Amino acid sequence: MIATQKSTTAKGRQSETKAQGEPLGFDVERARQDFPVLHQTVNGKPLVYLDNSASSQVPQVVIDRGSRYLQEEHSNIHRGVHYLSQRATTAFEGAREKVRRFINARESRECIFVRGCTEGINLVMHGYGRKFVSAGDEIIISAMEHHANIVPWQMLCEEKGAKLKVIPMNDAGELLLDEYESLLNERTKLVAVMHVSNALGTVNPIKEIIASAHKQGVPVLIDGAQAAPHLKIDVQDLDADFYIISGHKMFAPTGSGVVYGKAALLESMNPFLGGGDMIRTVTFEKTTYAGLPNKFEAGTPAIASQIGLGAAIDYLASIDREGAHAHEQELLLYATEKLMGIEGVRIVGTAREKVSVVSFIIEGVHPHDVGTILDQEGIAIRAGHHCAQPVMQRFKIPATARASFAFYNTKEEVDALASAVEKCVEVFS
Amino acid sequence: MSELSELYQQVILDHNKKPRNFRRMDDATESAEGFNPLCGDQLTVYLRTANGIVDEVSFEGSGCAISKASASMMTQAVKGKTREEVEQLFGEFHRMVIGELDEEAAPNALGRLKIFAGVREFPARVKCASLPWHTLHSALAGGGAATTEDLGADINSEHASA
Repeated sequence: MIATQKSTTAKGRQSETKAQGEPLGFDVERARQDFPVLHQTVNGKPLVYLDNSASSQVPQVVIDRGSRYLQEEHSNIHRGVHYLSQRATTAFEGAREKVRRFINARESRECIFVRGCTEGINLVMHGYGRKFVSAGDEIIISAMEHHANIVPWQMLCEEKGAKLKVIPMNDAGELLLDEYESLLNERTKLVAVMHVSNALGTVNPIKEIIASAHKQGVPVLIDGAQAAPHLKIDVQDLDADFYIISGHKMFAPTGSGVVYGKAALLESMNPFLGGGDMIRTVTFEKTTYAGLPNKFEAGTPAIASQIGLGAAIDYLASIDREGAHAHEQELLLYATEKLMGIEGVRIVGTAREKVSVVSFIIEGVHPHDVGTILDQEGIAIRAGHHCAQPVMQRFKIPATARASFAFYNTKEEVDALASAVEKCVEVFS
Repeated sequence: MSELSELYQQVILDHNKKPRNFRRMDDATESAEGFNPLCGDQLTVYLRTANGIVDEVSFEGSGCAISKASASMMTQAVKGKTREEVEQLFGEFHRMVIGELDEEAAPNALGRLKIFAGVREFPARVKCASLPWHTLHSALAGGGAATTEDLGADINSEHASA
C-alpha cells in the first residue's frame, strides 16, 4: 500500500502548472485529496479545519495501513514464534526504523515508542530526573512551555527539593537567550524546552540552546510536538540529548509517539514503567532489565498506532515537504495580514521565526465566543489557554483564539476565517 | 445561524457588555471561586445572607459572554430569595441547560433565565452557563472552589489538548 502511494504521488506533487496560471508551487488540492476527513460539511458549511496544532488529520494511506494491520497482521509483538506475531513484530520494528530515519537518529534502539509527548517527557522525568537530580539542583525550562513540559519537572523538583528556573521571553514571544545563559550553572541538571510553541508559533533556536547547555555539560530535552509536522528534524545535527515527538500532531493516529534519547543516556537511566517486555529475567528476589529500547516499553504498546506513525512518515517522505513548508509560510503571512487588517484584532506571538500558527484576540470578545461563532461557520479553531497558562499570564490575557494551519489548508480557508472573525466583531459590537 | 442568534440573544450580549452586580463585596458573609480549567474562565461569587435570605449578591472575574451574562442574570434572579429557593432555582437551571427540563412545559421559577435554554444546543458551552451557578451553590455550601471538572459527566467536556 505504501509502495503504491509512493509511486502515484512521489514526484507528482510538485505540480507543473495551476489552472489559473499561478506560479509553480505546492499542489494543495492534491494534498487535500489524501485527507478524507476534510471533505465534509459542518453546520451546513464546508469544514475549514484550522486546529492542526491540537491534532492534525490523518491521510488515507495511514488509515489504510492501520486497517491492514488489524485485518491481516494483528497479534502481540516480541512474544510469539507464530506467523502473525512475526508479521506484527516486523511491522512494528519497521516503524521504529522509519522513525530513526525521520529524525536521523544513529540507531533505532534510541527511538522509544510512547503514547505521545506527555508520556515521553514523563519517561525522561522518571528515568533520568529521579535518578540524577537531587536537592539543590536546578532544571531550566522556558516561559512558553506547554503544561506537559512544566508539570513533570515541578513534580520532580517538589520530590527532590530541586529548583525550576524559567527562561523569560519578550513581547514578541521570543526567548531571551542572554537570560538563559545566565541561568546555566554547575547546579543545572537538565534543560527542557520546546522546539516550537503551540500557543505562539515561535520557533526556538534550539541548536544554540543545546550548544550552550553542552558547554556546561548539561543535557537538553526538546519537546518537538509542534515541530515535527512543520520542520525537518535532525537530532544528530542538533546534538539533542532527548527529542520527543507526538504522532497525532504529525498526521498519525493518537497513541503514537517517540522519545529519542542518546543511547548512553538511555542506558544510564532507570526504567519507566515496570512490567512485561522490559525485563531480561524476573525472580521474586530480583529483576534484570532488557536492553534498549525494550527497557522503556513495558506492556503491549499501541501497535496499530505506531505502525500508523511509520506510515505517516512514509507519507511525509512522499510529498514535497519544502513546497509544503513554503505553502504553510504563505498561509501564515496571509492570515497574519488579513487578521491584522480587522479592527480590534491583535495577534499574540509575533516572533521573527514562526510556524503556521496564529494566536489572536478580538477586543471585547472572549476567545470562547469566537470559537463558537466560527464553529457555526464550519471553522474549527482552538479557543483557550492551549495548555500554556503561564504564557497567558505573561501576556496578561485569559485565553486566545488560535488558528493553526497544515499544508492542506488553503488561502480560501484563510478568507473564510477572516470573514468569520469580522462576523464576531459585528455580533459583539 | 438561527441557533447562533438563539445563543447570543440581545439580552445576553447586553449583560456581557454591562454585567450587573459586577463588583467585589467586602462585607460578604459567603463567597466562592469558580474555575473552568479548560478555557481559563474564573469568577468569584459573593453573598451577604441574613436569616436564610440572600440580601446581596455580586460577582467578579473574567470569562466568555455566556458565563458573564449567566452570572449577571443569576445575581438579579437570586437576590431576596431564601437559600432553599436559590438551591431550587440552581437545580432547575442546571436541568434546563443539560436538556433534562423542558422549561416551557414543566413548572419552574426560571423566568428570564429561560433565555439560556439555547445553550443546550452547544454542548461545549453548557459549562460556561453553569459555572456561575455551581460557584453560587458552592458559596452557599460554605465556600471553597467550584471547578467545571467536578460538574459531572452529564456536561459535555470541550477538552482538547495543545
